[in-house]
Amino acid sequence: MTDAQTAKKPRLPDEHGVPDPFPLMHPILKKNYGNWDWHDRPRPGVLHHVAKNGDEIWTVRAGTQRQMDVGTIRKLCDIADTQGEGYVRFTTRSNIEYMVSDFAKVPALISALNAEGFPVGGTGNSVSMISHTQGWLHCDIPGTDASGVVKSLMDMMHHEFTHEEMPNRVRITTSCCQINCGGQGDIAINVQYTKPPKINHDLVANVCERPAVVARCPVAAIRPALVDGKPSLEVDEKKCVCCGACYPPCPPMQINGADSTRIAIWVGGKHSNARSKPTFHKLVVANLPNNAPRWPEVEEVVRKILYAYKDNAKDFERMGEWIDRIGWPRFFELTGLAFTKHHIDTWVGARHNMNMSAHVRF
Amino acid sequence: MTGDKHQTPLLDELESGPWPSFVTGLKRLRDSGGKQYAAMMNDLLGQLEHSYTNRLGYWKGGTVSVFGYGGGVIPRFSEVADKFPESKEFHTLRVQPPAGYHYTTDMLRQMCDIWEEHGSGLIALHGQSGDIMFQGCKTENVQKAFDAFNEMGLDLGGAGPALRTSMSCVGHARCEMSLYDEVKAHRSVINEFLDEMHRPSFPYKFKYKFSGCPNDCVNAIHRADFAVIGTWRDDMKVNQDEVKAYVESHGRKYTIDHVIAMCPTRALSLNDDDTLEVDNRSCVRCMHCLNVMNKALAPGDDRGATILIGGKRSLKVGDLMGTMVVPFFKLQTDEDYEELVEFARTIMEFFAENALEHERIGETIDRIGLPTFLKGVGIEPDPNMVKHPRTSSYVRTDDFTDEADKYFERKAREEAAE
Repeated sequence: MTDAQTAKKPRLPDEHGVPDPFPLMHPILKKNYGNWDWHDRPRPGVLHHVAKNGDEIWTVRAGTQRQMDVGTIRKLCDIADTQGEGYVRFTTRSNIEYMVSDFAKVPALISALNAEGFPVGGTGNSVSMISHTQGWLHCDIPGTDASGVVKSLMDMMHHEFTHEEMPNRVRITTSCCQINCGGQGDIAINVQYTKPPKINHDLVANVCERPAVVARCPVAAIRPALVDGKPSLEVDEKKCVCCGACYPPCPPMQINGADSTRIAIWVGGKHSNARSKPTFHKLVVANLPNNAPRWPEVEEVVRKILYAYKDNAKDFERMGEWIDRIGWPRFFELTGLAFTKHHIDTWVGARHNMNMSAHVRF
Repeated sequence: MTGDKHQTPLLDELESGPWPSFVTGLKRLRDSGGKQYAAMMNDLLGQLEHSYTNRLGYWKGGTVSVFGYGGGVIPRFSEVADKFPESKEFHTLRVQPPAGYHYTTDMLRQMCDIWEEHGSGLIALHGQSGDIMFQGCKTENVQKAFDAFNEMGLDLGGAGPALRTSMSCVGHARCEMSLYDEVKAHRSVINEFLDEMHRPSFPYKFKYKFSGCPNDCVNAIHRADFAVIGTWRDDMKVNQDEVKAYVESHGRKYTIDHVIAMCPTRALSLNDDDTLEVDNRSCVRCMHCLNVMNKALAPGDDRGATILIGGKRSLKVGDLMGTMVVPFFKLQTDEDYEELVEFARTIMEFFAENALEHERIGETIDRIGLPTFLKGVGIEPDPNMVKHPRTSSYVRTDDFTDEADKYFERKAREEAAE
């Protein structure tokens, strides 16, 4: 075939699916697959696992910036090839883990990571890396920039990543809109819009599938309308909860604005089933400014919450479990935050979130 | 680059401080001299600074795909391409990572080489979808980049109304809590249904996540339509010597306050001789005592998974957690894993046929009621599915006796089978 013919007939994909991890797995992990016995943590950032046959593996965990240039990834690889054993894995929170078969290799590995600026930690009762979204760097509907918020907060919490001084693990998430792709967290830092969408009526008819947009609204606040003789959409601003759900299918319904895009902080989300059942996070502060590039007002509130928890929770209590014990009045008191009508749920099933008892903490 | 770098005073502020800076990484790509992406990354930095200044995003979607697939590429076209023309197209390839996120440095270097040749040099490990995100590719290079990744054994992940990329915890590879073979479950299920991933035709997205135990390290209950959580049915294993050693080193009060009293179902008791008594029938497999007394306690041998259906994030009815649909799905033999795949097929077929457009399966269940869903997928009701029985009397119960008879017959059959 000529080049032109080749170009006309692209190759068909090989539908490999999920790659097989066994050829990529450290030999000791592969050998003891399904046969581990116990583990401990010799120091923050280091895990020591022992297999039933006595085999041992040490894991050094380090934080990364998640959005990595090839130079950073190659640097991480160089460290694995020179100080480690060439095998790594990533955690769901974008930490990199180096597995080595000899504890003697651990100190040099930690030094090499620290020398290149990668903090070692994120294990046990630490604040691990924030799980986050894309933001202004790549999302089509972002209210803020995830990576910048995360960088600012992780700078502030660096000590808590590299030490295990919290009552239990702290899992923090950020999200750039109310869809909350970052997920549930002990603390969640999420964009919260405060104004209904501003509609560019000139574009709606051409860009938006209007019935789909009407259907998307969770409170039925959107209806078709003729505006200046053009088919468009209008929003009942009294009903609108400013969720932004109409914006992805209809970009002319701009929800973001330099002043109306604010940040809310939520607490007490938990994935694990340990002790209490998994929980959703709950609103504690809204209307913080979306103050790039360092979000100092957000940092201040996160710091208050984090250290109120650190100073007051008992060992093994997660953020939400601590609040369950001390009660919400004490939480607001200890953190110095305000309780308002906006904290009282109004969504479907809200009444189940009220105190249906005479239990009061004074 | 020829000296016309965009000024980035706001982003520059994100280069100080101890945490690794993504801005420094972006600049390294911009300043990479002769690399094909240097100009693109200069304009990308310019657009990002523009976002930081105006506090608005400037990407819009579109349609970009590779030959043979309908999904897996996230198209991004700049709305400010007049100011930043070199990054006017900045698409992402979502690529499925190895189960358990294991890599050799050779593999990572190979990924870097390909992305240096065809993309921006920027890679997220990993996105919230679980994918390797190769971020920043011109439309003309998407096919070339995909071909190179595909030839090294990688495949695109999910996007749009489709089966999505899955995640599994480290599990069997390095965790004593792991209760089933996560790699086998993850790869058996997802690789069976790749057509649903690559050629989107579902009402909306459908996600699986595989956690080896109820610590749920991949956040399956919150985030997956179909959550597979390892569990066991028989008694937990207690090494009484190690229990005594724990009490000895931590103190009796500490052990009572932090292990015994934190058991959610009061299933633990510390004996006078510092051994542990476990009421296994009351234990809910929460994992707390096993996590804390790691050397002393271990799961039992009759292993499998609990399956919860319907977890999702906010859009549109609000957050839903997955709810218990199968209390115990045995996962030990090859046949057990084949049955898991068939069960997955049943659930996805029900979803494909019955969900409304843009409706997640948890919302479908809310709309039709769990009993209707159970009937549709052929599962019998079980008291493990509820927090407590209904409190509303508004229900028609004229076939209650028939249903109760079926329950007793089923129980008798199950007992006979054991």
